[in-house]
Amino acid sequence: MTDLYGPVSDWQNDFDHADPKYNENIHEIWTDLLENKKCPVAHTERYGGTWLPLTHEYVHEVAYDTEHFTSRSVVVSRLKPSQMEIPPPPAPIGNAPPITSDPPFHHEARRLLLPAFAPKKIEPWEEEVRQICNELIDKMGDAEFVDAAVQYAQHIPVMVIARMLGLPLEDSDKFRGWVHLVLEAVNEEPETRRKKFEEFDAYLDLHVQNHIENPRDDLISYLLDAEIMGNKLMPEHVRGTIVLLLIAGIDTTWSGIGSSLWHLATNSVDRRRLVENPDLRPTAVEEFLRAYAPVTMARLVKEDYDFHGCPMKAEDWVLLPFPAANRDPNVFEDADKVIIDRAENRHAAFGLGIHRCVGSNLARLEMNVAVDVFLERFPDFELNTSEEVKWSVGQVRGPRSLPVRVLARR
Amino acid sequence: MRIDDAPMCSFLPLSRTLNGMRVRVDTAKCQGHNRCYALAPELFDVDDYGNAHELNDGVVPAGLEDKARLALANCPEFAISIEE
Repeated sequence: MTDLYGPVSDWQNDFDHADPKYNENIHEIWTDLLENKKCPVAHTERYGGTWLPLTHEYVHEVAYDTEHFTSRSVVVSRLKPSQMEIPPPPAPIGNAPPITSDPPFHHEARRLLLPAFAPKKIEPWEEEVRQICNELIDKMGDAEFVDAAVQYAQHIPVMVIARMLGLPLEDSDKFRGWVHLVLEAVNEEPETRRKKFEEFDAYLDLHVQNHIENPRDDLISYLLDAEIMGNKLMPEHVRGTIVLLLIAGIDTTWSGIGSSLWHLATNSVDRRRLVENPDLRPTAVEEFLRAYAPVTMARLVKEDYDFHGCPMKAEDWVLLPFPAANRDPNVFEDADKVIIDRAENRHAAFGLGIHRCVGSNLARLEMNVAVDVFLERFPDFELNTSEEVKWSVGQVRGPRSLPVRVLARR
Repeated sequence: MRIDDAPMCSFLPLSRTLNGMRVRVDTAKCQGHNRCYALAPELFDVDDYGNAHELNDGVVPAGLEDKARLALANCPEFAISIEE
């Protein structure tokens, strides 16, 4: 990755969430900021000015405050909308509705998607997800050393969302490339990124056209057929929503599955407990979601605004680290401990307020089945310490390489 | 028991409404996280949009009180309340 900003030495006043050290040491960095430096909101001039609130109270407040904060862009990058050659459509629509939309348009764009991802629509996918997971394990053969991120976690959400949208499964490498572009390559030259985005758009235009000519029972055809207040969606809206479902549906769940397996590979007591007690697995997955929540969102400040003494300027970025909120000791008892049978767990892994992750039911299904199948097939495994665990870079955190040694299989 | 619930009690066993527990989902706060329905499907259901509501006017049958408390303790939006 081309890192134009350089490494960080001061996480309080000059942080960079896309410095690889951030995701590698994220919990130590937050603890140091909150406990030693008494700093509930870190700041950096990078990306043209960015704020990082760390407490549950502040993250909750920003997530709920659509008056002072806009969702026009939810991934921090080097260019603000006003600096872009072709700026994204203004709020309330944005370039990937409804995640980039503000009220009142947001409500309509979201209402359109909700039925497709409601619990009772997602439950029937369980068998297919289970089959995907089992096939991935089958492919590992009898190898003693496998990569649980590269050979397992990363494939599961790609295959599911590609099927739901109606995009070719063999393009999954392309999808992961675009995930990297949108979420990890935020430090790259804007011109290089722009060209890659154009390729992404051209690919989607091709498949949208194909669906216009041959409608079928999938989400792209559903979007093409949908109406908001009596009108068909604009082509940009259809494409933007596909971008959202593809990007948000892949990286996040891949990270959630990977972090759960990382925990089990490094905590043999918890692993054994879950192997012996399958009924506990769903509760444990919720705890993995709390402790290793993958997604940090972002907002833009609408107008100059004093946020608890922080002089935020119009178009400053504000990161929304739900993963940090999930470790706030004022809300969670023993917040820094992973307790796989934690009964009270109001974690915010899927966000808070009107932008709650629309795919949360699907993500939960994939995580539960992926953990379930992995434990059934590999009841004993550990981290392969002769190789390195590599963490993703940027607003979505999870292992991109997770070398494990399989000690028992069935 | 609240007075305004009284007319609805006529067809319910008296003991369950007078001494029982009731759950409520504040639909203005619910964002469809679906925790209550996953943890206590006997007490909550979700609509086609994934938003939750209480079943049976919120009456918690005897023996399911812990499930009601569990649902309350897992709602990220603090949308569930319990009347005892």
